[in-house]
Amino acid sequence: MSETANTDEESGVDEKSRRDFLYVSTAAVGAVGTALAIWPFIDQMNPAADTLALSSTEVNLEPVAVGQAITVVWRGKPVFVRHRTPEEIARAKKDDTANLIDPQPDADRVKKAEWLIMVGVCTHLGCIPLGQKPGEPKGDFGGWFCPCHGSHYDTSGRIRKGPAPRNLVIPGYAFDSDTTVKIG
Amino acid sequence: MSRQFKNPVLNWIEYRLPILSFIDDSVGSGYPTPKNLNYWWNFGSLAGIVLVVMIASGIVLAMHYTPHVDYAFDSVERIMRDVNYGWLIRYIHMNGASMFFIVVYIHMFRGLYYGSFKAPRELLWMIGVFILLAMMATAFMGYVLPWGQMSFWGATVITNLFSAIPLVGDSIVTLLWGGFSVDNPTLNRFFSLHYLLPFVIVGLVIFHLWALHEHKSNNPLGVDIKGEQDLIPFHPYYTFKDLFGLGVFMIFFLSFVFFWPNFFGEPDNYIPANPMATPPHIVPEWYFLPYYAILRAFTKDFILYWPVSWLITAKLAGVIAMFSSILLLLLLPWLDGSKVRSAKFRPYYAMAFWVFFLNCIVLGYIGGKPAEGPFILIGQIATTYYFVHLLIIIPLVSRLERPKPIPESISAAVTAAHAMKAGE
Repeated sequence: MSETANTDEESGVDEKSRRDFLYVSTAAVGAVGTALAIWPFIDQMNPAADTLALSSTEVNLEPVAVGQAITVVWRGKPVFVRHRTPEEIARAKKDDTANLIDPQPDADRVKKAEWLIMVGVCTHLGCIPLGQKPGEPKGDFGGWFCPCHGSHYDTSGRIRKGPAPRNLVIPGYAFDSDTTVKIG
Repeated sequence: MSRQFKNPVLNWIEYRLPILSFIDDSVGSGYPTPKNLNYWWNFGSLAGIVLVVMIASGIVLAMHYTPHVDYAFDSVERIMRDVNYGWLIRYIHMNGASMFFIVVYIHMFRGLYYGSFKAPRELLWMIGVFILLAMMATAFMGYVLPWGQMSFWGATVITNLFSAIPLVGDSIVTLLWGGFSVDNPTLNRFFSLHYLLPFVIVGLVIFHLWALHEHKSNNPLGVDIKGEQDLIPFHPYYTFKDLFGLGVFMIFFLSFVFFWPNFFGEPDNYIPANPMATPPHIVPEWYFLPYYAILRAFTKDFILYWPVSWLITAKLAGVIAMFSSILLLLLLPWLDGSKVRSAKFRPYYAMAFWVFFLNCIVLGYIGGKPAEGPFILIGQIATTYYFVHLLIIIPLVSRLERPKPIPESISAAVTAAHAMKAGE
């Protein structure tokens, strides 16, 4: 007993720091372990493999005449495909220099000027803007109009007026041929 | 703690688990209560009863409901048409949600008026705010389950609020959805959480009551309990007063269930969800309208947005304001610096209270109107006033106002009133 007491006394500081080290390292390992154990319970909420597998859609553009627009479903969301008229393209290009809320030239928003392809979801709170069908309001700038909170988009899908902060999103897409496009 | 009963079986139980005395001390004759509580004190127990009604009706509905995008709407219609008494149970649950908010809002305004949030009941009040938040989450997710147009688009708009968070916003929204839009994974998890959260509320209610029983109920005079002469036992006095109130409340509640079951609802929610078409006018349930008005008030030209316009978008500012409008209530016990609790002795505070109350009604009205014309400006003024009340008027009035003299005790006030009458 006395021997132990002596050892403690002689190396008191060492014993203390060694014990502290054990406490701290145990707590650290425990914290990392807990974090690792929690992660699967958070990540399970992210899109599952089968949901991700549905992430591309092929569209045949042949039946869409100039001035027409179609809406296709991609990842459960509508995608607007508009075959723009020369006037619409000219108007979009002219407005490149206008006072834009989210500045972006029309050329950066299309791969072929006559085909405007965008996710048809308002960047404000996710409503679907009107303007795809002939009778629907197209807003003050000839593009789209969101009825929920009054956002106006132009013929390039850029936000021009209203509460939405950003332009309509351009999805990743590629032209497989002149008449088919693969979205996603 | 252990108590003696005449019945030997009760004694046997009490000796091993003192649950009988626990119940008696919580809601029975063993719980002393201020003797001057008025009918505004009925709403706490009413809220508890509505919670039980919601859990009971909800568990039964879950036995017939299918949380899948292809079947959810039809399974609810099947409950309405085919399941025995399904129509009754669903209408109880549907209107019960509105009743829960009516009762809880009255309960909260009562707390505001009589200063029930003030020391030593700050935690009691704060737990109550958390109960409100849990109720809102539960109600929101429950509204999504029938998978009608308002369910779907309400869920879309509200989950999209989180996309306003810089950098990680979109990832958070994807995480909430479990996909790239509100879809089957979203419906599944909302159902799971809608079933869970009421039990979280039960847990919070237990803490709420625990804190309540530590310092006992506040009372209309807002003065501390000075002794036995200020108290009466909860049972039978308040159990029967609460029962009477329950009867009146049930007439109100069941009138809606039987005669106007869709009064609080939106007709659009009887149209199955269509992810490809937004209804022209999306409105939340009535109990969310004031917060919705605050959210929408934040446009680029709103005066409250200017100070932060260089830093964040108007959308994010609106989201922050909406959540702050509730979270600020957590700070109320410190924003209000008055030593006197009850508005009866604080005439200026009482005036401010009523203006604030009306302002909340205005916000609710605006939240239900489209964001156009004069509604925008009225909404912005009411939103500004909401925050001015909490952050400027309350701190100033509570510190500057000189309250009227308060009675020495609850019983002293009663004796004084009697003496006045006798003197006439």
